[in-house]
Amino acid sequence: MFYREAGDFKTTYTEDSQTFPIKFDRYRYYAVLLFAFAVVPFIINDYWVNAVFLPFLIYAIAAIGLNILVGYCGQVSLGTGGFMAVGAYAVYKLMTTFPEVSIFLHVILAGGITAGVGVLFGLPSLRIKGFYLAVATLAAQFFLVWLFNRVPWFYNYSASGQISAPERTVFGVPVTGAETAPWAAYLFCLVFLTASAFIARNLTRGMAGRKWMAIRDMDIAAEIIGVNPLKAKLSAFAVSSFFVGISGALFFAIYLGAVEVGEAFGINKSFLVLFMVIIGGLGSIFGSFAGAAFLVLLPVLLKNTLVGGLGWPTDLAAHLEFIIVGAMIIIFLIAEPHGLAQLWRVAKEKLRLWPFPH
Amino acid sequence: MKLKLATAALAAVIAAGPALADLTFSALSYRTGPYAANGIPFADGYIDYFTLLNERDGGINGEKVNIVECETGYNTEKGVECYESTKGSGALVYQPLSTGITYQLIPKVTSDNIPLHSMGYGRTSAKNGAVFRNIFNYPANYWDGASHAVTHILDLNGGDISGKKIALVYHNSAYGKEPIRTLEELAKKHGYELTLLPVDHPGQEQKSQWLQIRREKPDYVLMWGWGVMNQVAVQEAANIRFPMENFIGIWWSGSENDVLPAGAGADGYKALTFHNLGNDYPVYADLQKYVVDAGKAAGAGDQLGTALYNRGMYAAMLAAEAAKTAQDIHGTTAITPAMMRDGMENLEMTEAKMAALGLPKFGPEFKVNCENHGGNGYGAVAQWDATTGKWSLITDYFQSDQEILQPLIEEDSAAYAAENGITPDCK
Repeated sequence: MFYREAGDFKTTYTEDSQTFPIKFDRYRYYAVLLFAFAVVPFIINDYWVNAVFLPFLIYAIAAIGLNILVGYCGQVSLGTGGFMAVGAYAVYKLMTTFPEVSIFLHVILAGGITAGVGVLFGLPSLRIKGFYLAVATLAAQFFLVWLFNRVPWFYNYSASGQISAPERTVFGVPVTGAETAPWAAYLFCLVFLTASAFIARNLTRGMAGRKWMAIRDMDIAAEIIGVNPLKAKLSAFAVSSFFVGISGALFFAIYLGAVEVGEAFGINKSFLVLFMVIIGGLGSIFGSFAGAAFLVLLPVLLKNTLVGGLGWPTDLAAHLEFIIVGAMIIIFLIAEPHGLAQLWRVAKEKLRLWPFPH
Repeated sequence: MKLKLATAALAAVIAAGPALADLTFSALSYRTGPYAANGIPFADGYIDYFTLLNERDGGINGEKVNIVECETGYNTEKGVECYESTKGSGALVYQPLSTGITYQLIPKVTSDNIPLHSMGYGRTSAKNGAVFRNIFNYPANYWDGASHAVTHILDLNGGDISGKKIALVYHNSAYGKEPIRTLEELAKKHGYELTLLPVDHPGQEQKSQWLQIRREKPDYVLMWGWGVMNQVAVQEAANIRFPMENFIGIWWSGSENDVLPAGAGADGYKALTFHNLGNDYPVYADLQKYVVDAGKAAGAGDQLGTALYNRGMYAAMLAAEAAKTAQDIHGTTAITPAMMRDGMENLEMTEAKMAALGLPKFGPEFKVNCENHGGNGYGAVAQWDATTGKWSLITDYFQSDQEILQPLIEEDSAAYAAENGITPDCK
């Protein structure tokens, strides 16, 4: 009834091609932004930030990054964990080498460094495709983790090989280290997520995104109509790694505070982010959010329900959690192979016709 | 669906609210994942001891003990989640049984003023309580362990090991890397040659490391392993017929789970320990009576008497004794985490105390104070007898080489203090 184009007249091309063409959608989007920026920071505590919001925000950035590569450009990557590690170690080295520069810049620079590394490991994608490329990126994953474990320069020669984030402030408010207020950490990550989503959405709607999608749909055809596969593929790797690097930097500096590369950025992380992208929906920015929310929130929710609510033994709950999350993934993929984003799309189509579907 | 999820979430949040009164102890345990075989006995021992106190004595000086268990899976992300979710319940002390999680929690507990006890693991330089106010690692730490192993080798060789080759097989993580610095310093002092052989998480693949050992024939092999890595290493050592009495594990590589899979091949394998082993203690009669027979044992109840069960029980006993000390100092039975910290800092373990608890000669005597949060560094060597299936101590408790360790601790803690803007003080 409210959710339709009728009556919402567009008089310019800009208006016509905006992200949210339907008025209701647009207002909902503003409302969500307002809620996230102006309401949530006042009501969250340590637990909500550290167990729910930070992982969600950070994984959403990583999922957006991977979605550009896998979902939009069709290049399968299993190197996400390794690229996140690059972001984390880059921000650590920058933080400790240039303590006077704002952490905000450091995170962006860490993204830039990761983009460079991503392009380097993206080079094989010009020759190899599909599963073979997945194997090549898997090599990147293992190589990067090995490198950060092996070369003491990366962890400033600390005895344990751990890196830990010293306190850094933004406008005098600490955002890393133990004294960080929950709202500060939350807002810091939220700013990055909002910016990432905005940039990613607009990139994918423009020329760059269309080139990526052309390559994804059929690379030879794309080449014939004038898409340069070298530029398209490498730019996809660069942009994707940039976001993944930012998420890795935030994951280390804001969320965990201390990190051990093998444990935090192992192959499991690569799979986790890939699952987020697949479950959320390939080639959709909203899907990245939905996938991250699904895989971050569901385990926490299950744990709280089973252990906190029903008082079950922790090991039983932990094992059951694997089973339930696994089963949900399978059910979702069978019921809706295009992910949560497609469910959302179908729901919107139905809403548009509601209440008179015929 | 969304409504249902929201309802469930709401219900969970309400139900997970803090339990008031009582003394709350958190058990960040891991009963799942590649380290579960070691996590389970420790967690069982830890919880059973508190159950015993509740059932037999009615708690600690009349205050019932409430245990909040949280599954970490030895994973740092889950560890943080567990910490945040349990700290609201007023948990008095955290014992994560993971060096990675300990590193994560050190700044957090310091800012929340909750004590953290990393017994025989974690950051070694936390021994310097002037810098690490809330972190305790008594009665022994990794650097003590490294020194114990070297001292034991010295004893076997009549005090001269120059030119000997010692290999360190270690878990390639913060945990495994801890002893390297000390072993290097000791190598300078005693003139042995050190080879480093890292094993990546989770440690099932060690063929190449043991091939190298076979080729280079080190005189002794030390191991810093955990979880499935231990079993594999002992098995591999048996496979290449490495003389087991020259293979020495840290205390985390010395449980029954680690040696049983290798069968008779593991006979003679040595491991360090900072507490006694076996179940020949009066407290076990009480455990049987009040906990096991009453059907209140944690987990499957089949871990009693194993090395790690004893260690979990020892950790719980030290926590309970610290709580009693705190109650004495502050003159109240309902203590807070901040009071618990004072209790831990003034903890004194004497032989008389341990005997009264039904654990005579169970651990070394030590006294904690602000300058020393790590005890006196006493440890012993245990050896595995595959025929009887028992660990037995083959040495007395002996002290680590404080002359080497103390400067290292000073140096590392000073670096931490400088990095984090802490002014060391003991007031």
